Amino acid sequence: MKREEVFERLNKVFRDIFDDESIVVTEETTSNDIEDWDSLEHINLVVAVEQEFGMKFNMNEVTTMKNVGEMVDIILDRIEGK
Amino acid sequence: MKKLEYPFDVNYIMKNKRKIKKELLLKPGLLEKNIAILGGSTTSEIKNMLELFLLNYGIKPTFYESEYNKFYEDAMFGNEELDNFKPDIIYIHTSNRNIIQYPIMYDDEKMVEEKLNFEYEKFKKMWDKLFSKFNVSIIQNNFEYPYYRLLGNKDAVDIHGKTNFITRLNQKFYDYANQTKNFFINDINYVSSCYGLDKWSNQFYWHMYKYAMEVPAIPYLSFNLANIIKSIYGKNKKAFVLDLDNTLWGGIVGDDGVENLKIGPEVPSGQVYTEFQNYLKEHKSLGVILNINSKNEYENAIAGLNHPAGTLKPEDFIIIKANWNPKNLNIKDIAEELNLGADSFVFVDDNPAERQICKDYVEGLSTPEIDVPENYIKIIDHNGYFEVTNFSNEDLKKSEMYKDNAKRSQMMATFDNYDDYLLSLKMKAEITTFKPIYLERISQLSNKSNQFNLTTKRYSLADIESVNQDDTYIKLYGKLEDIFGDNGVITVVIGNIKNEDELHIDLWIMSCRVLKRNMEFAMMDELVKKAKERNIKTIYGYYYPTLKNKMVNNFYDLQGFEEISCDEQGNKTYKLDISKGYTNKNNVIEVEE
Repeated sequence: MKREEVFERLNKVFRDIFDDESIVVTEETTSNDIEDWDSLEHINLVVAVEQEFGMKFNMNEVTTMKNVGEMVDIILDRIEGK
Repeated sequence: MKKLEYPFDVNYIMKNKRKIKKELLLKPGLLEKNIAILGGSTTSEIKNMLELFLLNYGIKPTFYESEYNKFYEDAMFGNEELDNFKPDIIYIHTSNRNIIQYPIMYDDEKMVEEKLNFEYEKFKKMWDKLFSKFNVSIIQNNFEYPYYRLLGNKDAVDIHGKTNFITRLNQKFYDYANQTKNFFINDINYVSSCYGLDKWSNQFYWHMYKYAMEVPAIPYLSFNLANIIKSIYGKNKKAFVLDLDNTLWGGIVGDDGVENLKIGPEVPSGQVYTEFQNYLKEHKSLGVILNINSKNEYENAIAGLNHPAGTLKPEDFIIIKANWNPKNLNIKDIAEELNLGADSFVFVDDNPAERQICKDYVEGLSTPEIDVPENYIKIIDHNGYFEVTNFSNEDLKKSEMYKDNAKRSQMMATFDNYDDYLLSLKMKAEITTFKPIYLERISQLSNKSNQFNLTTKRYSLADIESVNQDDTYIKLYGKLEDIFGDNGVITVVIGNIKNEDELHIDLWIMSCRVLKRNMEFAMMDELVKKAKERNIKTIYGYYYPTLKNKMVNNFYDLQGFEEISCDEQGNKTYKLDISKGYTNKNNVIEVEE
């Protein structure tokens, strides 16, 4: 899967979760950039991303992810490792 | 909304909760309730999901959420926010993570007993405190099994095992529940086992976010909880409407002939239909009534139902519609004949197209998405249509009562004059002030009555108990029996005395089972009599229109009241001066007090 494709699918998940069609996520996007993205919503986001890509983040990954770019790194790594 | 009925798509619901909520909020006539969630772990998403399922049941919740793991402090020591919140329901979301003292191998029997009592008393004190302070319904989780077993299989048996300890603690909760009205157990032990305990207990979610179960399991928990709450507020389903061919038996009776239907113990596909018939028949003891809606010749339908291996017989059904009319029209007819809203029906049909048409044309109808016969029971059962919270003896007799009504209709056809018919029923009523044994039924009636209901004010059991103890209320219930049977408690009036000589009628409800029997006039006569004893001069009546109560739109006009105001929404106020006398209206029912 190409990086752009992951971003495309990820963008859809973000728009659904935050019910906001104007969201465009980039490599640098963090929770500071999206108003409703608080620690509680983060949990739902992680679950939705896992379901979208059929993979699971481990605890270490969830605690160290800094931005959307790093999330995409993990997703790509996991999908290719399959 | 189909999306929120079992089996639901958890991914879809969780991802689209904002969209779903917006859509559900558009429904008219939502019942507003305050729900306090006292949590022993994170509750945020539990609340969000509960909100969706409740909205889908027509209940609009406002929430109070305790701070993280402050359930005990909130209950025992209170806080201003919770006090001011005035909850209608308190939900205590605890899990085995909130058990502080588990037994250890070194403990003797007495020590284990002490630990058990310590854990139990902690909860019991909390419930007692909440009851004395708020006097509202409390819903308490039981405990899920532990996610590991130190003793292996013996963990279930030995007093030192966590599994054994949890089982005993749960039993103590159930004992309390059995002795306590308005106290309900949210059975997460069962829900977690259906879901799969290993998945449910995914420790990632505890260590990361302090959720006591994995997040994708939350919709199942919240749905289970929403079912208890909708049941408390009388929003259970009341009746099954069942298809026949390939629903109650395998095959098509008209084509295959009765002798070739699949039902009975000989073949697996016959066994599965027998079991399904048994399952449906069990519902009669809950007061759920059974009806048939099938595209068939009537004779064939009856022949199929008389199959010797079938457990459901023609006499188990109140109404049997076996004809070639569109099924949605049959459902509307059944609703009318039973005097029930079609939204209290569960329509079971193996044909998805029939389900869809009926769903589209009959507002509020439930049409479970049954697939293969071996899943019929699971899918219907997990939807919680008939969740039992307050069970009254009336429920046991309900099917009989509807049967009696059918007999009355037959008899009515033989009289030319309606009063003669009423007299021939030899009706006897008991109309008097509330009695403790009927409080549960009275509360149930106030939550179930939609059509003959002037104000649609709902009373929980706790509300009814406080009205019962309050001397500023005149409160009457009415029972009615006739030559065909006893209808039980079927009507309630609650009037509030204000300004010394005014009586304001807060509630006037009657079961549609006894429509057009002049029972409402017998009640009025008795109400006036009681009012005069309390030196009341004027009685005020109120009519608040809803989607369902048009039948009583001019009720107070018929009772001789004078309309004194009507606002834009059609809310009407009436008054009746009784100081200058009153003539009794009932002359067909013999009344005892």
